[in-house]
Amino acid sequence: MSAPVETLRSDGTDAQALPVAMAEARILGLPASIWPRILAPIVIGVIVLALWEFAVRWNDIPHYVLPGPILVGQTLIADWGTLSGSLWVTLKITFMALAAAVVVGVTLAVLFSQSKWLEMALLPYAVILQVTPIVAIAPLIIIWANDIDLSLLICAWIVAFFPILSNTILGLNSADHNLVNLFELYGASRWQTLRYLKLPAALPYFLAGLKISGGLALIGAVVAEFVAGTGGSASGLAYRILEAGYQLKIPRVFAALVMISLSGIAIFLATSLISYLLLRRWHESAIRREN
Amino acid sequence: MDTAYLSTPPGNQSAGTPLVAIRQVSKRFANGTLAVRDVDLELGAGQFISLLGPSGCGKSTLLRMIAGLGAPSSGTIAWPGETGAAQGSAGRGARDLGFVFQDPTLMPWANALANVMLPLKLKGVARAESEARAAEMLALVGLKGFETSYPRELSGGMKMRVSIARALVMRPKILLMDEPFAALDEITRHRLNDDLLALWERERFTAVFVTHSVFESVYLSQRIVVMAARPGRVMADLSVDAAYPRDELFRTSGEYARLCRVASTTLKEAIGR
Repeated sequence: MSAPVETLRSDGTDAQALPVAMAEARILGLPASIWPRILAPIVIGVIVLALWEFAVRWNDIPHYVLPGPILVGQTLIADWGTLSGSLWVTLKITFMALAAAVVVGVTLAVLFSQSKWLEMALLPYAVILQVTPIVAIAPLIIIWANDIDLSLLICAWIVAFFPILSNTILGLNSADHNLVNLFELYGASRWQTLRYLKLPAALPYFLAGLKISGGLALIGAVVAEFVAGTGGSASGLAYRILEAGYQLKIPRVFAALVMISLSGIAIFLATSLISYLLLRRWHESAIRREN
Repeated sequence: MDTAYLSTPPGNQSAGTPLVAIRQVSKRFANGTLAVRDVDLELGAGQFISLLGPSGCGKSTLLRMIAGLGAPSSGTIAWPGETGAAQGSAGRGARDLGFVFQDPTLMPWANALANVMLPLKLKGVARAESEARAAEMLALVGLKGFETSYPRELSGGMKMRVSIARALVMRPKILLMDEPFAALDEITRHRLNDDLLALWERERFTAVFVTHSVFESVYLSQRIVVMAARPGRVMADLSVDAAYPRDELFRTSGEYARLCRVASTTLKEAIGR
């Protein structure tokens, strides 16, 4: 540093050695080292799709048994109007369930961290909710909720909320014990300890839970739709799959499956991005290593 | 024993009211271990005191009890200069002290400045004022320009400097340090020792420094409390009469070597070789 520092030096490290962004070669605006990670899966995907198309044509497999990827793509475009509406229905359930899972999971975790009694009393029931197969209780929920959208939401929420609860509990209890002592020394209130120490310490754990729950919310929504069957007025992708299956419109089944998969991938990428953006300055998981 | 330089003071050597008076303090852990037995100690205001002993001698436990982390099983730790309000058990957190752990114990999600600001934030000091005070303290420990660096971007020595800045940002009367430099390399440790002494001579807080290094304790302190293990107890109370400021010249002097030898002998006698 240019300003003279009285009596003291910065030891160990050269004072000029502030973290510097390494200049890396860039291709099309992205760092060169990223491209293999993008290209390798694409190449594999193209090869597999080509083999699939080739196998279907070579063996003359009828399209109601196994459609080729080109036909699936054509169906996706042709049926986009119907399918995109259904996609929207499913995604709406998914995101509402995920939001509810975050709110309930984090709230319960915070309450549990404040009161061991509450945790002892309630955690077993959260576990029961988690281990009960959703397919088995979905019909009951549909009967009790008496509203198809609400029951789908409840089912997807049950599947999605436990990873968030469990991870956040672990994170809240993982705050450095010496830091807890330090907060105690300075007479920090419960609220201050929670706000400035426990919640930040729990953030990486919560985000790991969020990544899992994002995928689970989608699975929960789709499974619940399957169980609910044709009961709904506005119908999601699972309903379209059932319907198309009955009518032997197998290309449409595949098109709907592709949409579900792409949605899952998009949710995973989104939660990963959120996680990276929140942790990149400080957490080990988000730091790229040189050695 | 060369009493001109290193002597056993008759009882309490501080003039006037001590800052902290420890009377017959014992600590027994839940598992039955007697960590500290019958410690009597007075910490005079402005003194630099080392607690020297082998591992397991209860020096860290004693330090934590002084800080108010864990109450003694018996005996009292009094702060005679304080008013009645802060004297009771309700005074936890009201103590005017800074604490440095063996690890830097920084919040990894906060940059250096925010870490140093923590005690001020917890006390409700306005943001602008605490930022200015924290920046000033960081400059004082030699980290001007590193305000926005995160702990993972700092070396071990620099992290420890941030930790010291955080402990001193409230300008406490007493700074308690629990083997703060034990994990650092020798070159860094020497620099931090020098810088700690410079800070102490400037701010004149009471310093209580826990260490298992004879050399470190002699270099830093005016007074060395030698402790022995199983059970943890005070065996000797030496005063180091070398003048401050102490620097590299003192570290390489024959006087320093002799003081170390005497302290080392006392320690060996204390722990029964």
